[in-house]
Amino acid sequence: MPTQLLQPPLKADVVRSLAAGTEVRITGVIYAARDAAHARMVKALEAGEALPFDLRGAIIYYVGPTPGGPGQVVGAAGPTTSGRMDAYAPALIERGLAGMIGKGDRDAAVVEAMKKYGAVYFAATGGAGALLGKCITSQRILAYEDLGTEALRELTVEDFPAVVAIDAGGGSLYRR
Amino acid sequence: MRKISVRSIEDALFDCIRQSSFDLGPRELDALRRARDSETSDTGKNILDQLLRNADIARTERRPLCQDTGLAVVFLDLGQEVALVDGDLTAAVNSAVARAYTELHLRLSVVAHPLDRRNTGDNTPAILHVRIVPGDRVRLRFAAKGGGAENMSRLAMLTPSAGRAGVVDFVVRTVRESLANPCPPLVVGVGLGGNFETVALAAKEALLRPLGEPALDERDAALERELLAALNSTGVGPMGLGGRTTALAVHVASRPCHIAALPVAVNLDCHSHRHGEVLI
Repeated sequence: MPTQLLQPPLKADVVRSLAAGTEVRITGVIYAARDAAHARMVKALEAGEALPFDLRGAIIYYVGPTPGGPGQVVGAAGPTTSGRMDAYAPALIERGLAGMIGKGDRDAAVVEAMKKYGAVYFAATGGAGALLGKCITSQRILAYEDLGTEALRELTVEDFPAVVAIDAGGGSLYRR
Repeated sequence: MRKISVRSIEDALFDCIRQSSFDLGPRELDALRRARDSETSDTGKNILDQLLRNADIARTERRPLCQDTGLAVVFLDLGQEVALVDGDLTAAVNSAVARAYTELHLRLSVVAHPLDRRNTGDNTPAILHVRIVPGDRVRLRFAAKGGGAENMSRLAMLTPSAGRAGVVDFVVRTVRESLANPCPPLVVGVGLGGNFETVALAAKEALLRPLGEPALDERDAALERELLAALNSTGVGPMGLGGRTTALAVHVASRPCHIAALPVAVNLDCHSHRHGEVLI
């Protein structure tokens, strides 16, 4: 299967066309958030507040990078365990989130939301922190700066490698 | 008595953290190359290729191998003929960790209290295990333990009737149920026997052995071979996406135990397997 090149924001037909097992390279703007940032985003949505970025077509990467050394945008930036974000993901998917990048399987509620609203889950290689960190060409903190490595960030990535692990039809590479 | 400055322990630990965070060991590289050559899944092969490229980028560009640069775990075997001078040993260990994690731009991943979760700001305190042994030297071993692999580690107080089959089943189930979370291909430390607290320590210490070096006790070494074969036929594969490379090595460490007990602990480590050893 050829590698598919993706540029967020993702359009609905592109999301629906991606099948589990497809290798992708992502170029463009994505958003970094882990546990604590997710808790705050969902709290904000429940309070009727707007998020610091447009969720429609957006991709969120579950990552807490190391600070960059001299001349580096970030140091290492591989995915963290996605399951910890399962409690928050459906609320974001419902409001237009189109892609998530992380490692490991998702729960049934997340997969149901992905099918219903059209979203795709990408797996990046856990522990390939240096390789994935090198794909990040710029970053800025959007919100929740007090969370340190867990702050909400906007990342620009170039040729970021991932594989479609669960598609918008519920097809999955994980054995359940 | 031989005098050893706690500063020399601090410096040795700093070097261990620096080396293991950026340079994948030769045994680990070798194991990944062999795994890539024998992997049958395309996704699995692709992941193993990425991990080899990752090691190359980490070494040449001085980026950490993984963004989870871990909790610092230190084992010190202190010769009983050694007098430690120049200050507090625990403070020296924590000073090495604080300096290494801040100066080398590693991630600060420690919170002061498990419930209010405020970051300590310098990745301390380290987890320090000190043991008094014969001799006039200090043996320092270090492991950087990431959250993903540690979270999927398990301990079971089995009873003797569970036997060898019960042990194998528990280890295989622990790995199979953890799927991608601990970042396979894994290094699996298995503690067998002892009691509730020492079995976990045995599992952790087993991880510190050079990768793939068999246990000295032939019964443990035979169990290692059986477990490695069983884990690599689960189909979990690299990053849980299928394949035959689920574990790079299994290290078993057994201890005498109570007539009523068969404790087992499984301490998982990811493929980065960051560890170091220095003799002072």
